[in-house]
Amino acid sequence: VAISRVTPTDEFVKGLWRDNPVFIQVLGMCPALAVSNTAINALAMGLATTFVLVMAGISVSLLRNFIPREARIVSYICIIATFVTCVDYAIMAISIELHRALGAFIALIVVNCLILGRSEAFASKNNPGRAILDALGMGVGFTGALFFIGVVREILGSGTLFGIGLFPDGFQTWTIMVLPSGGFLAMAWWLLLVNWLRKRQEETARRAEEATS
Amino acid sequence: MTEAPLWSIFLNSALINNFVLAYFLGICPFFGVSAKLDTAVRMGGAASFVMLVASVCAYLINILLEAVGAPYLRIISYILVISSTVQLVEMLMKKLSPATFRAMGIFLPLITTNCAILGLALFQTNKGYNFIQCLIYALGAGAGFALALVLMAGVREKLDLANVPDLVKGTAAALIVAGILSMGFMGFAGLGR
Repeated sequence: VAISRVTPTDEFVKGLWRDNPVFIQVLGMCPALAVSNTAINALAMGLATTFVLVMAGISVSLLRNFIPREARIVSYICIIATFVTCVDYAIMAISIELHRALGAFIALIVVNCLILGRSEAFASKNNPGRAILDALGMGVGFTGALFFIGVVREILGSGTLFGIGLFPDGFQTWTIMVLPSGGFLAMAWWLLLVNWLRKRQEETARRAEEATS
Repeated sequence: MTEAPLWSIFLNSALINNFVLAYFLGICPFFGVSAKLDTAVRMGGAASFVMLVASVCAYLINILLEAVGAPYLRIISYILVISSTVQLVEMLMKKLSPATFRAMGIFLPLITTNCAILGLALFQTNKGYNFIQCLIYALGAGAGFALALVLMAGVREKLDLANVPDLVKGTAAALIVAGILSMGFMGFAGLGR
């Protein structure tokens, strides 16, 4: 068992900003772009992914001493696919409409590199408690990123938020934002903002360091 | 939908509903290996090949699962059978045709568990295509994937020489280019039904 000096809180917080899966690590892009045409779809996708992340994290972490090294990727995929099937059927039972909107992308959570990546890089080396915190942090970071992309696309593309109209009748909606290319562009804008914020953060940190030395 | 003529299935999966630019499948390799034209071409070839293999596997598994009455095993069996078949084919290829293996071998494991491959398998099942239609659909999807990759690589090679602000360099620039390419592909929407 690896003994790390990282506090449990930090295990959770790192997924929100510093190692945000979508904006910093650029993992799990396919669902981030494909189902973020409305805020509600983005939230549902984010929550489904978070559930699979947490469950896979717990399972992999509990089984980490039983899974042979050579067969680990296959085992992880089996574990992930099991939970994805659960989510797929659960969403179908809760709301068939949502299931139709998300389409095959729920099933495609199985190949989301974020989940396999966290299982391999984190859950397989840490105890279940830390694995849950890490998975929750990554899940919230992922959901947040998806939600932000979804909000921009829904407001500009349909003039609504959660299906409620925001603008007076004269508003010309940007159809492009609902279409696939809107996904790429909205993500690019957020990425630019994140890059700019990070750059500023680094610069203030450097300046503070110079001031103290 | 099952009555659709073959040419329309091909055009549909290659251009109108291009896997990368309309369905956002296979974005990782799309951004990862589209920096050079040569690698993009080989990756496109490898992906088309894996798609064909996956399509055949998925068709057979689906028949089996329907017969047993266990559709809830679809996701897990698709992904396991497709990845093991591709590994098997990779070994055969290494033995029988080392030249082909050198050209695209390293890309095969990279795309085996890719969402474009599993997506193809799931879409063809949802659409209820017969065997020939599945093959054509896979061919179209592969051609579309390769086309998107090659176009992107061409643009990015030129972009390397351009004076891009520091903030935009890297993923953001690639995303913007992809957005514009995707906009172009929307023009194909008038081609079919």
